Amino acid sequence: MVGIVIISHSRPLAEGAAELAREMGVGKAVVEAAGGGPDGGLGTSPDLVEQAVATADDGDGVLLLADIGSSVLAARLLVEDYEGRAVLADAPLVEGAVAAASAAAAGVDLDGVRAAAESARDLHKR
Amino acid sequence: MSAAFTSASAAAWIRRAAELISADADRLTRLDAAIGDGDHGLNLDRGFTAAVAALPDDDTPPGGVLIAAGRAIISKTGGASGPLYGTALRRAGKALGDTGEASAEQLGKALTAAVAGIRELGGAQPGDKTMLDALTPAAEAFTASASTGIPEAAKAAVAAAVQGAEATVPLVARKGRASYLGERSAGHLDPGAASSVLLIRALADATTRTEA
Repeated sequence: MVGIVIISHSRPLAEGAAELAREMGVGKAVVEAAGGGPDGGLGTSPDLVEQAVATADDGDGVLLLADIGSSVLAARLLVEDYEGRAVLADAPLVEGAVAAASAAAAGVDLDGVRAAAESARDLHKR
Repeated sequence: MSAAFTSASAAAWIRRAAELISADADRLTRLDAAIGDGDHGLNLDRGFTAAVAALPDDDTPPGGVLIAAGRAIISKTGGASGPLYGTALRRAGKALGDTGEASAEQLGKALTAAVAGIRELGGAQPGDKTMLDALTPAAEAFTASASTGIPEAAKAAVAAAVQGAEATVPLVARKGRASYLGERSAGHLDPGAASSVLLIRALADATTRTEA
């Protein structure tokens, strides 16, 4: 199954989004949180991102969702180093994670899970 | 005599950069508080302290020294400057390859590769009010002056970086946290360009010292 990693400056935000996405993935989707900086405060820890990706990866690939700034840069770096087995979704964090988890739980492949996450950009609210 | 860029020069560059950043951390953080999120000095201080701790032994070629420092900076900085400066050092290190003594021309190519790495990762262009506004002219000036030797080329790079950083003051930010401010970002020196000046100044200091 495609794994999902949520990268946020805030640990509670990453964990909350992961919790919600897991729920929407009917408890089957593997959603890991990589939130907060190297000192535990707000920020991004590329080491935590790497660990989360390793945990989420069962061989079918990993979709990354990132919030802003350094989280996006850390995700891009990881994608470079992971050579095709991890991709970054160009999607809003929460909506994208929920869509990705639903698709991943249904057995969709990495390209499809990314497409599901990115389709969340068109979910208009008014 | 033509002083080359050695493993000792690379390590001296990183150590000097850490010193300059530590000394100016409060100023960088103040600049960042004006148009960013106010953590630039703190983040870079942590990242470069980790880079100094990660410096490998003297048998490692200068490229390997820069790659090790870049990896530590990516891992420990915590802000956007970590992946950006870390990538820059890793790219510079890769460009130097296994050479034990890089010439001024090779170092110029490495600096050019470093700037390209920042541009590709962050997606900014010169004029966007970012570190690239200091680093792009610095790498160009270094390359243009390479025939005068590393210390002189590095001094030319410092002058270009200072000028480039000062030119960010009137600019409206188009990348990063400051871009949310729109027109209100004008009138402030970009903190990334300010820290970039320190990194180039550190290169000049380190190569002037190791030559002597």
